[in-house]
Amino acid sequence: MGSSAATPLIELRDVSKHFGEGEARVDALKEVSLSISAGEVVALLGPSGSGKTTLLNVIGCILEPASGWMRLDGDVVYDNRWLRSDLRRLRLDKIGFIFQFHNLLPFLDATDNVALVLELAGAEHAEARRRAAALLEYLEVAHRRNAMPSHLSGGEGQRVAIARALANRPRIILADEPTAALDSKRAGIVMDLLRKLAREQDAAIVAVTHDEKIFDRFDRIFHLRDGRLDDKGED
Amino acid sequence: MNLAYRDIRHGLLRFLLTCVGLSLLMAVVLSMIGIYNGLVVDALTIARAPATDLWVVESNTRGPFAEASRVPGDTREAVARLHGVVAAGSVTYQTVEAEHAGAKLRLYVVGFEPGRPGSPARLKAGRPIAQSHYEMIADFRTGLALGDRIRLGRSSFSVVGLVENHVNTGGDPAVYISLLDAQKLQFELSPSASRVQIAKGGLPQTKDTVNAVVARVHPNVAPAAAADAVRRWKHLSAMTQAEQELILTRSVVDRARRQIGLFMAILLAVSAVVIALIIYTMTMEKLKQIATLKLIGAPDRTIVGLIVQQALALGGIGWMFGLVLVLAVKDYFPRRVVLDPENAIVLGLIVFMVCVASSGLGVRAALRVDPATALGG
Repeated sequence: MGSSAATPLIELRDVSKHFGEGEARVDALKEVSLSISAGEVVALLGPSGSGKTTLLNVIGCILEPASGWMRLDGDVVYDNRWLRSDLRRLRLDKIGFIFQFHNLLPFLDATDNVALVLELAGAEHAEARRRAAALLEYLEVAHRRNAMPSHLSGGEGQRVAIARALANRPRIILADEPTAALDSKRAGIVMDLLRKLAREQDAAIVAVTHDEKIFDRFDRIFHLRDGRLDDKGED
Repeated sequence: MNLAYRDIRHGLLRFLLTCVGLSLLMAVVLSMIGIYNGLVVDALTIARAPATDLWVVESNTRGPFAEASRVPGDTREAVARLHGVVAAGSVTYQTVEAEHAGAKLRLYVVGFEPGRPGSPARLKAGRPIAQSHYEMIADFRTGLALGDRIRLGRSSFSVVGLVENHVNTGGDPAVYISLLDAQKLQFELSPSASRVQIAKGGLPQTKDTVNAVVARVHPNVAPAAAADAVRRWKHLSAMTQAEQELILTRSVVDRARRQIGLFMAILLAVSAVVIALIIYTMTMEKLKQIATLKLIGAPDRTIVGLIVQQALALGGIGWMFGLVLVLAVKDYFPRRVVLDPENAIVLGLIVFMVCVASSGLGVRAALRVDPATALGG
């Protein structure tokens, strides 16, 4: 377990994934290889059905690839040693998710939405709330700490969601259209925030996006077409 | 943190409204159980009121409740002389309609001999009948009060005592009057009818007829042995108190009892389906949240806890409010609602099991949710 400075945080080699069999078979990913280092912010681009979400699900340990191998933060995943509960624990400890819509639990206030992740990882409630409040402070949304998600604006909700994704200090953050529900000004703010986090927490951020106005905020952009990767490596 | 509690608190009004709906359903189930019990208890109350061991009735009948029975009035002396019989008394039973305070009253009139077996064992108010004529002990449900007067047939009666929960199998409240008055009410012809009979050359009809003779036997004598002794007389039938009660529950109210029992079973099944649907729907509405929980790494026990705890809270609150509701309104039912603590506990256990089983459906659905559902808007 753990990572070394020389090892990429996310490494995929010849990863393939298909759905269905026979004539109904759809190859969602075809021998995809990539590696992403700590501190990098990368985008996955591609038309609908190109395999972006499938790739994000594979990296997020939600979908098991049919072939190939994957290493996350030094751990080789899907080598028959991993149980579903292990993968869930891996997600809890090492991966943070940011969604298109914030997906905050509607029955918890902003602080508890963040604290929940800490409690699931074993923190006491009071300690979890204290650390959650600090994270909200860091993301400049502390003034809304007691608000329910339905009372948060799009930008505030997304900041709380980012705080939740960061709560356990994951080294990998996966974002699915993180700025799709935001106007261009707020989208820029969120992307700048993610870049700052990647630097400060030494984390890798992978985002699926169609939002052209934020392309310049990524270190690299991976293009997917028909399940194949076309790495343009735009730094 | 307890997610079930937080979710309930967030949608408190909706949850409470669901609980109210479930409470009403539980109240209906409990009412049916109470009505079922009440039917059985009511059927036995009149038969148990005289606190006797032996019923002597007309030969080849199972009277006086299941079938009509008539025996001569002097049967009582013969029964009283039987070995082991301590005391015997004659009784009559009939249903009459009377008027009181401008309303029609349907009454179950019991005639008995004051001072002999057949009188109600315990009074709730007033005193026993002390005169041979025109005094009455009435059940509370008649609406009569001590001192009230009511006309039965051609005589007027004064209420001197009150009893509680003395009704016949049809639910009509009972009144107790002296045997002489009851015989007159039941067997005496109107003056005009009597004149017609005499004009036809008929003999005046005897009134000394009763419906049954009840007897108490010595503690050392088996009631069945006394009943056997009576049966040897051929012109009479006899049954023990236990046999009389069996006839009442297995024969007189059996169909009504089974009808209510079946309805109660259907109601329980419907309740189970409704509870299952509510819990399943509650879970289905949370699938996206459950997918998010799974995605962020929540273990299965957190998700199972969320569903099962809410299901149990719903069932528990529904059952409790339903019970309170029934206890509050049960005395306003036209017929008696008898709810034993065991009934409420058994229903509570059934609700618990239904909730656990129903949440099993929800849990199954929740555990099958793909965490990827949380991604992609």
